[in-house]
Amino acid sequence: MLGQVFKKPQKRSVFHDNIFKEIEELGLKSIGIVAFISFFVGGVVAIQTGLNVDNPWIPKYLIGFATKRSIILEFAPTFMSVILAGKVGSYITSSMGTMRVTEQIDALEVMGVNTLNHLILPKIIATVFFYPFIVTLAMILGIFGGWVAGEITGLFTVDNYIEGIRLEFKPYLIVYALTKTMVFAFLIATIPSYYGYYVEGGSLEVGKASTKAVVWTSVVIIIFNYFLTQMLLG
Amino acid sequence: MIEVKDIYKSFGENEVLKGISATFEKGNTSLIIGTSGSGKTVFIKCMLGLFIPDKGDILYDGRSYIAMSTKEKRLLRQEMGMVFQGGALFDSETIEDNIMFPLKMFTEQSKEEMLERVNFVLKRVRLENVNQKYPAELSGGMQKRVAIARAIVMNPKYLFCDEPNSGLDPKTATIIDNLIQEITDEYQMITVINTHDMNSVMEIGEKIIFLKNGVKEWEGSDKTIFKTDNKSVTNFVYSSNLFRKVREVYNK
Repeated sequence: MLGQVFKKPQKRSVFHDNIFKEIEELGLKSIGIVAFISFFVGGVVAIQTGLNVDNPWIPKYLIGFATKRSIILEFAPTFMSVILAGKVGSYITSSMGTMRVTEQIDALEVMGVNTLNHLILPKIIATVFFYPFIVTLAMILGIFGGWVAGEITGLFTVDNYIEGIRLEFKPYLIVYALTKTMVFAFLIATIPSYYGYYVEGGSLEVGKASTKAVVWTSVVIIIFNYFLTQMLLG
Repeated sequence: MIEVKDIYKSFGENEVLKGISATFEKGNTSLIIGTSGSGKTVFIKCMLGLFIPDKGDILYDGRSYIAMSTKEKRLLRQEMGMVFQGGALFDSETIEDNIMFPLKMFTEQSKEEMLERVNFVLKRVRLENVNQKYPAELSGGMQKRVAIARAIVMNPKYLFCDEPNSGLDPKTATIIDNLIQEITDEYQMITVINTHDMNSVMEIGEKIIFLKNGVKEWEGSDKTIFKTDNKSVTNFVYSSNLFRKVREVYNK
């Protein structure tokens, strides 16, 4: 399957159009939910850290530091990818599965189109190169959410929070997070595509394939997360 | 010419095609008829290369389809047009984009040239002012006509239709049949149609192949099908009350 997916596209202009369509469908249309969740989860992480740091010997700036680390290292790349696996993964499987059961993929095949390349490669490119931007946005909004939570609850001051954010800033951690994101994006594009492309039957089977795709993509992301963390940080 | 030579196809234990041979000539409309489950769709999908036969060969103007590389098969497929049972139109794209797709993919035409060709084929299937509509906004008969327009937009040498009349009223079905016949004559294509519609048999059955349980049971034309003494064919032809009554009246 992957051999055919990574063949040279048959027509460059059609391929470019498809990439932009997929960026819109799989990327731009996910920004709203990513922004919403990131902002509030960032706020919750800051509040919970603040509530647990009640020892006067522990400096308050650690709230900002802990919020930043948890958002950059895990929440933005992994948690967001699992959310995108649900939203985007189910979309990919159901749209491709519907194309399969309504013979649209056969129609493309009969025209002489390399369907694996035509349908899947633009999705891989769109997710692998666009999701790092989405995850960066999730990082920024998550940290901002923590700041706003501090302002509202009064658990910590803005100065303390910003001091924590600035403390021990390691650019490699961003590289690590974005590397993970690119791997997860590849999984989000390929696993649901596989389930959708090879579905057999009718709409019920498309629904079942969609559920399976989301479950397996999430499971594989979590497993890859473990090994990537070991490889890149261990 | 398309030559199908002794093809077999099984799915697990289920042997669907059992040694079918046939030839299809240029400028001719050939019908594959038979009851549901007789192997018609598998037969046509083998001819299209969507299924690979377990045994036998399919020759397109002397070129073996089975022996071709993937690239050669894709090139040959650009000479084919296919009308699927459900239309298989890309439902997220407009009618214009649906028909334009093969042109965009396989030609270097400018946007204006492509648009001109799209409008020409739409006119040819007697559809106008539907360019910006989506497939879901059209009736079943109109969708079939769009599917025909998309199938002929590249001037194919071979046209395949899988149950082009299914789900259509008799009047629209006749329009579709006549349209396919006209286009076949006009472009001198080889047209192969899968159907179990007896009206189509009477309208465009220049050559008819009857399949039963994966075997070619009978071959003839619309002239001979009503005179044959093959029991399976007569059972199939006269399975409807209408045709039985017509026969009774005719015999009286």
